[in-house]
Formats: sequence, C-alpha cells, structure tokens
Amino acid sequence: MNKIEAIDVNFYYGDFHALKGISMEIPQNKVVAFIGPSGCGKSTFLRLFNRMNDLIPGSRLQGRILIDGQDIYAPGGMEVDELRKNVGMVFQRPNPFPKSIFDNVAYGLRVNGIKDKEFIRQRVEESLRGAALWDEVKDKLNSSAYALSGGQQQRLCIARAMAISPSVLLMDEPASALDPISTAKVEELICELRNQVTIVIVTHNMQQASRVSDKTAFFYMGEMIEYDDTKVIFTNPHKEATQNYITGRFG
Amino acid sequence: MRRIFEKAVKWLLTASGFVTSIVILLIIGFLFTEGAGLFKEKVIEEGYVLALNRENNVKELTAAQIKAIFDEDVTNWKEFGGPDMRIEPFRLEDADKLFTEEELGGQYENAGSLIASLIEAHPGMVAFVPESMIPKGANLNFIEDRSISPKEVFAGSEWFPTATPAPLFGMWPLLAGTLWVSLFAILFALPFGISIAVYMSEVASERVRGFLKPVIELLNGIPSVVYGFFGLIVIVPLLQQVFGLPVGESGLAGSIVLAIMALPTIVTVAEDAMRSCPRSLREASLALGATQWQTVYRVVIPSSMSGIASGVVLGIGRAVGETMAVLMVTGNAAAVPSSILEPLRTIPATIAAELGEAPAGGAHYQSLFLLGVILFFITFFINLCVEYISSRNKAKNS
Amino acid sequence: MAIETFPKGYGARKRRSQKTAFGIFRGLSLFIVLVLFAILGFIIYRGAGVIDWTFLTEAPSDGMTSGGIFPAIIGTLLLMAGSAIVAFPVGIMSGIYMNEYASKSGWAVKFIRLMTNNLSGVPSIVFGLFGMALFVKYLGFGDSILAGSLTLGLLSLPLVIRTTEEALKDIPAGIREGSLALGASKLQTIWKVVLPMGMPRIITGLILSLGRVSGETAPILFTCAAYFFPQLPSSIFDQCMALPYHLYVISTSGTDIEAQQPIAYGTALVLIIIVLVINLLAGVLRKYFENRLKLK
Repeated sequence: MNKIEAIDVNFYYGDFHALKGISMEIPQNKVVAFIGPSGCGKSTFLRLFNRMNDLIPGSRLQGRILIDGQDIYAPGGMEVDELRKNVGMVFQRPNPFPKSIFDNVAYGLRVNGIKDKEFIRQRVEESLRGAALWDEVKDKLNSSAYALSGGQQQRLCIARAMAISPSVLLMDEPASALDPISTAKVEELICELRNQVTIVIVTHNMQQASRVSDKTAFFYMGEMIEYDDTKVIFTNPHKEATQNYITGRFG
Repeated sequence: MRRIFEKAVKWLLTASGFVTSIVILLIIGFLFTEGAGLFKEKVIEEGYVLALNRENNVKELTAAQIKAIFDEDVTNWKEFGGPDMRIEPFRLEDADKLFTEEELGGQYENAGSLIASLIEAHPGMVAFVPESMIPKGANLNFIEDRSISPKEVFAGSEWFPTATPAPLFGMWPLLAGTLWVSLFAILFALPFGISIAVYMSEVASERVRGFLKPVIELLNGIPSVVYGFFGLIVIVPLLQQVFGLPVGESGLAGSIVLAIMALPTIVTVAEDAMRSCPRSLREASLALGATQWQTVYRVVIPSSMSGIASGVVLGIGRAVGETMAVLMVTGNAAAVPSSILEPLRTIPATIAAELGEAPAGGAHYQSLFLLGVILFFITFFINLCVEYISSRNKAKNS
Repeated sequence: MAIETFPKGYGARKRRSQKTAFGIFRGLSLFIVLVLFAILGFIIYRGAGVIDWTFLTEAPSDGMTSGGIFPAIIGTLLLMAGSAIVAFPVGIMSGIYMNEYASKSGWAVKFIRLMTNNLSGVPSIVFGLFGMALFVKYLGFGDSILAGSLTLGLLSLPLVIRTTEEALKDIPAGIREGSLALGASKLQTIWKVVLPMGMPRIITGLILSLGRVSGETAPILFTCAAYFFPQLPSSIFDQCMALPYHLYVISTSGTDIEAQQPIAYGTALVLIIIVLVINLLAGVLRKYFENRLKLK
C-alpha cells in the first residue's frame, strides 16, 4: 500500500523550474532515500510532503501529492497543521528550542491541544527512550536543550518529532552536521523507527543511503532520474547518470 | 614624516573616541556642583529672619511648618511644641497697614524698632523681616536657621520653590508625576508596540512591511513640540469632553502623547529582535503542527524576550526624559497626583518651565539642577539595564 | 500507532485564535498608521492656508500676532549647521576610531560604547541644563547661537558615532586587507578605500541626525532660543529664534490666542515639512546608493 504518492509534480521558485515532472510512490513503513548532487531538488521535493515550501514567497506547485490517498494541497482540503501533525520532520542542523529538554519533546503535544500532564510526561519518556536518549538525559530533563552535544540534540529533535506519533517522518540530511559516532547512532535509530513510520530521508552520503534505505531515488537537475530498490540502484542501476553518480564520477 | 603624520592622526582619532565619555563626566560634574549647592542654602530666604516674642520658646521650624504658619493653615503654637497661643504671622508689607508713613520714616528707618516693639507687645507674633532692619539688642527670639536637608528635598511632598519666607523643594510630587505619566504611557504603548512588531516581523508581507517601516520612522522623526501642539489642540479638549474634566490638561493627556512618542522605539527594537529569531526554530515549530501564531508566542517571543525587553526599557527611558510635549499637555500642577485624570507635573517639564525664571545661583536654580541630576541618574540606570539585558543575551547566544 | 487522544476540534480552535490574534495585530497597526495620518493631515489641513511667501520671508509683527516666521527658519537652519560643524567631524572620527583602531574586545571599545549609549539616552532637557551651566555661564558665551550649536552638537554626537560605526562595520575585512597588501598604510586604506565605501550610509545617517536637531526644543530653551528677535543674528554670540521654540511659545504663552493659532499651525507645518523632506531625502539617498552598489 502506498503511503505517499506524487503525481507529475512541477515546482517553481519564481522563474526557476526547480522540480520537473516528478511522479513517485512511497510504500508504507519503508525507508526511502533521496540522493543526488547539491541543488538537484531533493530537499525541495522532500519539503513538499509537509508543505514547508509554503513559506517561500513566489513559489508555485503544479501536480498533486497524496498522503494516505488524500491530496495535501487540495484547496479547502486538509489544514496544513493537521498535515504536519501527521508528517514529522527532522532538519539538517539540530534545531532544539531554547527551552528545557522536557519542554522540547512536549512541545508538539502541547501545541496540538494535549493538556494532561501525566500523559505528556509518559509520552516524553517513551519518545526519549525511542530515540535512545533517555538514559543520557533522564536526570536533567529540566536543563536547557542547548547543554546537549550536537549528536544528542539531533536525537532530541527526532524524539520531539516522534512524540506526536506521525505516520511519516521526513529527514533532511539529518546527520550531515554530526560526527561519525553520532551519525552511526542516528542511523541505528532510523532502522529502529522503520516499523513505526514511513521514513523519507535526503542524504548526501551514499553509504548512508545504502545502509538505511529500502528504496532509493536519484535526483539530478530537478528531475528524478531513477527510483528503485536500494539494492538495484547501488548494484545495477539502469541509467548511466545514476551509475556515474554512485561511482563518484561527478557530484 | 609620514609616520609622524599617521601617529598624529591616530592620536586625534583616539581622542575623539573618548569625547562622549568626557561629555558624560562633564555633565555629571556640572550638574552635581550646581545641584549639590542646594544643601548649602538656608531654609529661610537669605538676609531675612523670623523673629518671635521673648515668651515664645519655639526654636526650630521646618520649611513646611513656616509655610503653614504664613498660609495660616496652622494657627496655634501648641502644634509646634510652643505655648498655647494664637499665631500672628507678620510680613514686612503689613507694616504699611499698621503704621503711617511718618511713623515708619521715608527710608523705613524707624520700621525696625517699631516692629521690634510690636513683637514685644504680641506674644504670639512671628515676623518675617530683613535681618538688617532689626535694631541691635532688641529683646527678641529668633528661629534658628539651618541648611536645607536632603530629607526635606527627596521625601518632601510639596514643591513651592518661590514661596516666602521659606521655599519648599519637596521633589516627591515631581518624581511621582514623572513615574505616573511614564508608567501609563508604557501601558498604552506596550500592547500597540508588541502587536505592531509581531505584525511587521511575522504577519505582514514584504510590501506592507515596506510601507509600515517608514511610517514608524516618521512617527519617530516628528519633533516633540509638534506632538505637544497636537496634544494641546486635539487630545486635551477631547479628554476634557469625554471625561467631563474641569481641565483637559492631565496626566492622561501626557501619557497618550508619550505613548505615541515611545512607540517607534519599542517597535523598532522588538521587531529587530523577533526578525533575528532563527528560521530553523520557526520551521521546527511549524513542522510539529503548530500554527504560525503558536510559533510566535511559544517560540519567537520567548527567544527574543531580551530584545523586546530592551525595547520596552528604552521606551520608558524616552518617556521619562521627554520634556516639551509633556510640558504642553499635563497642566503642570506640582501636587502628588491621586488620579491620572488630574493635572500633574514631571521633572523635565519642571526644569523647562522654571529655569528661565529662577535667579542664577539661587536655591531655586540649584534645585532645578538637582532635578537634572535625578533625571540623569534615572536614565543612566535605565541604560545600564538595557546594556545588561543585551550583554546577557549575547552571552547566551554564543 | 497514531495518538488517539488529540483533542477533537483543537485544530479549528487554534486556527481561529490565530485569526483573531493576527486580526488584532493588523487592526492595531492600521490604527497607528491612521494616528500618523491624522497628525500629519490635521496640521497640513490647518497649516496649508497659512503658508505663503510673506509667512516664510517676513519677521513676526504686532506682538507676534501677524507677520511671518522668517527669523525662526533662519535660526533653525543656523543651529542645524552649527551642530553639524560640532558633531560631524568629532563623531565621524570617533566612529572611525571605534571600528578601525580600537581593538574589538579591549576595554576601550566597551567603555566608549557604554558611554556613547548612555549619552544617547540622556534626556534633551539635561543637555539643556548642561549647556547652560557649561557654555552659557562657565565659558561665558551667554545665550547664543554658539552655545546652542554646541549643546545640540553634543546631543547628536552619539547618533553620528553609531551611524559611522555601523556603516564601516559592514565593509568586508577583505577589502581592507586587499589595500594593505598593496602596500598602502592604514590611514591611506581608511581614507582611500574604507571611508568612500562607507560614505553613503554615513551621509544618510548624518542627514537623519540633522532632522532630529531641527526639532529639538529643550536643549535650546536656556542656551540660545529667543522669544522674539525679529532681526537676523549678526554673529554667533547673538541669540536667535528657532522654529520649535517659536511653536512652543505661541501655542502656550501667546498674547492673543485667536490671532496666533494660524501662526502656530503654519509653524508646525513648516517643521513637519522639514522632517518629511529630511526623511525622504535620506530614503532616496539610501535607495540611490544601494542601486549604485548593486550595479557595481
């Protein structure tokens, strides 16, 4: 069953044609990686799934994107905050709020109307455990999130996103600002989360894509060149451009 | 040659760098020397004495008590620890009513002895006369004169700098007036200032913002006399009608005008602070399903709190120090206000209104400089607060 | 495993509260725009009929119940020029020192910045007191254009310093290094490279500081301003009339309110026009210089 479906998506920043006629299907509870050189449109495409590009003035979308069969851009359809409640996101750089660790994780629950303190506490603990961070922070839940290391901050951001139980998690190069050990931890986490959510991850790092993903899409110059099982992409790609990219001949 | 020139220029530039510091020191120095002179002045007007009958054992009177006597608010010496007698105040002018011109003499040469005998005949009399007039060896008591004390100045609740025989320099009503007006001004300006700052930084499109920004700058650029004039012509009569006041000039009128004047400072500083809140934080919040408004009040405002606070404090500073507009619309009554609808008077307005008439070097003149010192230190303190808030913020961000 | 306990209808509620909140903000912003237009409109409406050639070029007459405001205009222009002579050189040099010479983390910069910020917060009436004590009395200049210009100059100093500093701060370090690498001395670099690049923004700031000076009343109350001085000043030791003080005088302590009110509107309008022109000029210059930089 397809979780996300993009149908002939074109996207423009002003006059710039950033995404050209992309159609793809992302199955439920799989990890899909987007790879490609900088500026190829993979992040832009990812940010369409939770309508994050709405914030950019002068941008324009053609085509349709369906999540659970529902057009998320249909006028008068789904509200954008409802969509984002269901489609979580982890960003390139860890971006915890200047609040306590606890309040960071509780944020999503609170802004969506949950007031039950006991429930929030429970949910914060579960999410931090789920992000393999609980043991490190359980004694300092009330200290500032800025006191954590970069790797811990990023896992906190994952816990924060997971706290409201989204069914899709978008990850925009989540490990690019981290050291190798923290990166390994984040990758481990992705592998554990795949049972709960559908994960779409943008990455520069091809080893990472091959390690964590079930399917991989290769983007180049705003087009999706190839989309297939990760094994196929990395061992036997059909397109020459994909071949060139994964063997490091450009990009 | 060139090296020497470069060196000389460097010294010149360094020297100019310190000009502002020197100006601050000079301001403190000059205001202090003039202002502190007030405490060397005597309570009773220079060259005059308060003469009493021998039987009256009252030795000391405060300036407020002297005023009460001559205003005939207090009529018995008992109140001041003296004998149970009616107080009969006497001023030099009264001599003309009691004695004929021949009796006094063309040059008033006989006035002294006449007054002395008058006091001797009236046990309850207190006379305010020039010291030189009293004949040597007259059998009279005198009120002991002493220097004006800081307590009567800073805690005194009456400001009558031109009262005779003893002027009153109680600064409390002026301080209270300043604080009342500024407080209300900030209460009015705050909701507007924060709303406009949020609107400009979070809601408005670039085009609307490009329109609002010059509006705020212009609001900041309008001279304070023009605000005062507008307040006098429009706001004062309006308030008079709406609240049915005997006079429209009131603390409220001052607060409204000041609120408009403090607004640009608050908006500019608060908007800058909110715009510098990183985009990544806003995105993090929105991605969790928060609305834009939730993002603003849960993330943007808390994280730019110190900037907003700086703006508000600077706005207060502007309100406290504003002179002309307040002078024109507050009615300038030097009494501790019991309501914002009454006329009141602020420190800057007092200085502006009275310095022109105060004889240079006199107690009144010095008291106005002392008010300047107080004002200087209030704003100095406010600025230090702003520095502290923003330095703490810098430390937090790094 | 979606959370089933998200309260129903909360989404609609929070969207509604956003609508309300933003609506309020929009309303309050609109209100302030209306306030500005009301002030400007009122004064323009009542003052426009008063201003004519006679009003601008003649001295007040008949106990200031008729005639024009020529001496006040000239006085204000003289004070603007005088304060510029006082504040611009020192302020620009101070700004250069802060940005180019003083070490960024040293005590001197911190101290000077603290003092400059404090000076900019000192109320204008305190400048008036200070100017009276130092220039009028201590140095014996008397009530004069000289004393008024010095006082106003010191008042605008912090603004000039900050403008200069900010203009120079935005010039990339690489440009200075490029010049120094070619063998230019530090002073040559500042004079030939840094200052010309910073000039546009410095000039814009200076113009705005003149705007502030033109409207100040409190500092000149006791240092310079004359209640009535119909002839033009002949030296810098003369008193002069000034627009803001003139407006204050005729709107509060006039001898004939009826006859003087039109003069007050006219004076207020002239003051507003000066401020508008200065703001407009600064805006136009900023745009012009920005475009020129872009072309480069």
